[in-house]
Amino acid sequence: MSVNRAQRVDLEVVADLIPPQSRVLDVGSGDGLLLELLQETKQVDGRGLELSQRGVNECVARGLSVIQGDADKDLEFYPDKGFDFVVLSQTLQATRNPKLVLDELLRIGNRAIVSFPNFGHWQVRLSLFVKGRMPVTKDLPYSWYDTPNIHFCTIRDFVNLCEELGATVEKATALDGNGQKIGLSMPWWFWNFFGQQAVFLLRR
Amino acid sequence: MAVLRAAKTNNEVDQPSSPVLRFGPDKPLKLDAGALLSPFQIAYQTYGTLNDARSNAILVCHALTGDQHVASTNPVTGKPGWWQVLIGPGKIIDTNRFFVICSNVLGGCLGSTGPASTNPATGKPYGLDLPVITIRDMVRAQLMLVDHFGIEKLFCVLGGSMGGMQVLEWAASYPERVFSALPIATGARHSSQNIAFHEVGRQAVMADPDWHGGKYFEHGKRPEKGLAVARMAAHITYLSEAALHRKFGRNLQDREALAFGFDADFQIESYLRHQGMTFVDRFDANTYLYLTRAMDYFDLVADHGGRLADAFAGTKTRFCLVSFTSDWLFPTEESRSIVHALNAAGASVSFVEIDTDRGHDAFLLDEPELFAAISGFIGSAARARGLNA
Repeated sequence: MSVNRAQRVDLEVVADLIPPQSRVLDVGSGDGLLLELLQETKQVDGRGLELSQRGVNECVARGLSVIQGDADKDLEFYPDKGFDFVVLSQTLQATRNPKLVLDELLRIGNRAIVSFPNFGHWQVRLSLFVKGRMPVTKDLPYSWYDTPNIHFCTIRDFVNLCEELGATVEKATALDGNGQKIGLSMPWWFWNFFGQQAVFLLRR
Repeated sequence: MAVLRAAKTNNEVDQPSSPVLRFGPDKPLKLDAGALLSPFQIAYQTYGTLNDARSNAILVCHALTGDQHVASTNPVTGKPGWWQVLIGPGKIIDTNRFFVICSNVLGGCLGSTGPASTNPATGKPYGLDLPVITIRDMVRAQLMLVDHFGIEKLFCVLGGSMGGMQVLEWAASYPERVFSALPIATGARHSSQNIAFHEVGRQAVMADPDWHGGKYFEHGKRPEKGLAVARMAAHITYLSEAALHRKFGRNLQDREALAFGFDADFQIESYLRHQGMTFVDRFDANTYLYLTRAMDYFDLVADHGGRLADAFAGTKTRFCLVSFTSDWLFPTEESRSIVHALNAAGASVSFVEIDTDRGHDAFLLDEPELFAAISGFIGSAARARGLNA
């Protein structure tokens, strides 16, 4: 496995939101870490959609139910409310049409769980403000010219998009640079400044 | 009669060396063509042992020119079984663990009733008097074989190409009898281009004067030239341009320079001629007409009112589809459209596209990524089915 689970705290946060035996579609399932975690700990009926053929083949060889596909194109083939949960983890910023993708997630799943890197994090702001350079951080390791991430947003931006799509935020979690959850009582501006990653549980 | 028998491809047609299940007048087979086929027989092979719960059975469906000898020496060619790299004791499909069944398709020429079989009404080979056989007819006959073993639910049905069509038909027609399905390098319907290639093959057979309107056995002949040409044309479609170039390029065959004639100057010509010649030794020409027709007629989309997803509505079967990047006979898009239909039906589906230049035939070859996918899929399905490793 290329990525150590410990490095993906957001996956644990996502997994905590999903009750046992749920039907789960993981959009952008990568190397299958989340699906494996969910199958082992929650006995879910899990499916994956992944862009990279190599990722898919490795998942299937490990017994996971994954297909090659593109979140921007292939979600339309899934029926309404076909899953209890549709997860989009660390993928929204790499889609061509995040609004449409989020709309599809809300259509396909009774609940949608979205995790993304927060572009409003203070390190990002600092990089732009002080250095005048596109930020390169631990969570955003790419240079501007080779990044797959074409649609960054901040936590505030995302909350606005949810409102626009008529989605209710049932639960939100922000993780700081050490992967620790930021206290629930903090206001949005605080999360938006100190949250490096965010995980949202949505329904419509 | 002696001449007639000698002219047959082999004596495996009516009296196969493998086990054979005979269905008498009490068990006719209703064909899609409308006729009742009776009596008829299905020749098959099995490997491994059926467990007490009868839950470990895997049905392997063979392709156009395959047969039931999937994992043991072929009685006609003396060569290893066509999927012996995959199936056997300790192999990816482990016969120490699974009970593997493979039957010669209805319409075939290695023991199941087909155009080369003796028509009990006349005592002569059926020839074109046999009604046209469809993929669904083949599957209906297989179902009778599966019933014979008392198997309520097959653990897995798998196959490539025409075998994959049978897998899809099984999953669509008898979803409650199929726990998992593994269709490889196939499509939900034959494309216009595929029908076109088949038509070239059939016309080559029928243009051979030795074909005699399908009654060649009665003339003590076989349309070997026509069938060989059909095989040569078809064989090209099983490979890829890249693989042909890699293997043969413009290399000359046993000569230093072009001969300025029409012998096999190039290695590729020699190779194709060899493929054609060896094929006629093991295959019946009319069978080739029938089985290519069965593939042409296959259209799971039309069978379900133009919406493929309806073929799989409510299915509990676990699917894994496999395609190959260089397969231009059943390109990846064919598999992808099936995947989309399965998604729409809410089915459990995996889909692997394997990067190879070996074309359609890759499914018969030692492809590590194919084996890894099959192994992963069967392994997880076995866990879900409660089959111990």
